[in-house]
Amino acid sequence: MPSFAIETENLSKEYPHGFLHLKKKTSLDGLTLQVQESEVFGLLGPNGAGKSTTIKLLMGIIFPTAGSARMLGKPVSDVSMHSDIGYLPEQPYFYDYLTAAEVLDYFARFHGFSAAERGERVQRMLKKVGLETAGKIQLRKYSKGMLQRVGLAQAILHDPKLVILDEPMSGLDPVGRREVRDIILELKNAGKTILFSTHILSDAEMLCDRVGVIAGGKLRGVGSPDTIVGVKATGLEILFEIAEGAVLPASIKAKAAKSGAGYQVSVDESELYSAIDELRAAGARIISVTQVKPTLEDFFMELVGKESSRAAAIEVNPQ
Amino acid sequence: MSRVLIVARNTFREAVRDRVLYNLVFFALLMIASAVVVGQISMDIETVVMISLGLSAISLIGLLIAVFTGVGLVSKEIDKRTLHAVLAKPLRRWEFLVGKFAGLAVTLAVNTAAMAAGLFAALWLVKHSITRGDAVVLVAVYFILLKLMLVVALAMLFSCFTSPLLAILFTGGLYLAGLFVSELRSLQLTNLTPQMQKFFAVISYVLPNFGNYDVMGAAAHGRSIAAMLILHNTLYTILYCAIVLGAAAVIFSRKDLK
Repeated sequence: MPSFAIETENLSKEYPHGFLHLKKKTSLDGLTLQVQESEVFGLLGPNGAGKSTTIKLLMGIIFPTAGSARMLGKPVSDVSMHSDIGYLPEQPYFYDYLTAAEVLDYFARFHGFSAAERGERVQRMLKKVGLETAGKIQLRKYSKGMLQRVGLAQAILHDPKLVILDEPMSGLDPVGRREVRDIILELKNAGKTILFSTHILSDAEMLCDRVGVIAGGKLRGVGSPDTIVGVKATGLEILFEIAEGAVLPASIKAKAAKSGAGYQVSVDESELYSAIDELRAAGARIISVTQVKPTLEDFFMELVGKESSRAAAIEVNPQ
Repeated sequence: MSRVLIVARNTFREAVRDRVLYNLVFFALLMIASAVVVGQISMDIETVVMISLGLSAISLIGLLIAVFTGVGLVSKEIDKRTLHAVLAKPLRRWEFLVGKFAGLAVTLAVNTAAMAAGLFAALWLVKHSITRGDAVVLVAVYFILLKLMLVVALAMLFSCFTSPLLAILFTGGLYLAGLFVSELRSLQLTNLTPQMQKFFAVISYVLPNFGNYDVMGAAAHGRSIAAMLILHNTLYTILYCAIVLGAAAVIFSRKDLK
């Protein structure tokens, strides 16, 4: 049994560009990464960071200019391993004049299922992605979100060990996003390895065991969402009310900000008790003390924001 | 092999749904209608005119479908990125390519057969009978089909490394050049240097010889076609298609998709 579901070593991709293709643009620069079995791994990065390039290299859609990659213990050039891999492309598109059921049946044939088994799996998948009533409609009449659901259905139709999803939430409404999240969690509970790319940080925080942050074609950090944000110091936030006209201590006043009917002030852990004492002495009523935990979003913005103006493309909270 | 058939089956189904074959109804109606007109204006040679007209129409319509659909077979899948999900299955790129070719070949065979049926229906209207001698028309239709296979293979090859527009131009250009291979071989090139003579000789054998498939004159006048020519054209098409598709597969297998 391979120890890693996905392993890349110094994986790089350059594209020629310019009139005579003499210039080179680096899309991915020396990616070395391991994804463990039964792990949900999120590839994070702004648009154009190299997430889709990584996934396309893994799936053999494009070829590396340097480095190597293995999935399920086999080099990515060995397509026989695709029997155990499910892949949802970014903004998937299928044959216009086929119905969802026909497209799923077409894909199921490559896995050698019998006609009865294909029929059963197709119906089960259509139901799972919420398309059981639209299975006989030609795909040219489908919306982007519906195509995304078909894409997800074809990716998990054959019960793969490793599922690779390129921007799985893209084009979905909040209900659809919730459903996809549930499917990913279901796959996780079934022990599947999942690699998915996203620029929606809340999804990564919610679903991933580990995340890798890519920016400018380079891997900037890997770890669990907690570990990766744990690099930053945590703080505490005191929410309080104080009577009008009461005088706040100078040390508090400098840091306090209006928050609804009261005020809030951020302090270090070492300052907490002294701050509370000062507030009580001033006649303030403490409403709450909350630990401020930096989010993946903070970490992410700090990491990519310094280097790339494209960080503005990050969708922080689409809901 | 079964994976090739899966792709071929889907290609045929997609082509049928895409209304590629619907031109047949129009064509058949046009043939039968023109048969009545030709029968009235052609003294004694109505059959000759009818067969020439019919075979030319089958060839022209077939060529249009072969070039445009052949180029689109791969390039559309790359452009629309339908290939990404397909290649994520346990399917090699050459299997996909051969499957697409086979699917369109079947589509063209059905298309050509239906058009030939329209031609025979028109012939029956003109002559009020179909004789064994008319079998030569079937041979001419078979040669058209072989020619179309070769055109599809060339269109697929070009679409693997260039834009659809250029692929159409290259395929069309090579087809036109291939019509004059016999003339190229019989040219008196004594004014040229030996190197140039050799170059033209090589070119005349490398170019696909589309002139070999043209037996419309013989078919229209009821002259028999040698069995050797049928065998030669069949083997030539198989070999040439295999070489062209092999080259296409090598290029396609190394191509970065969008």
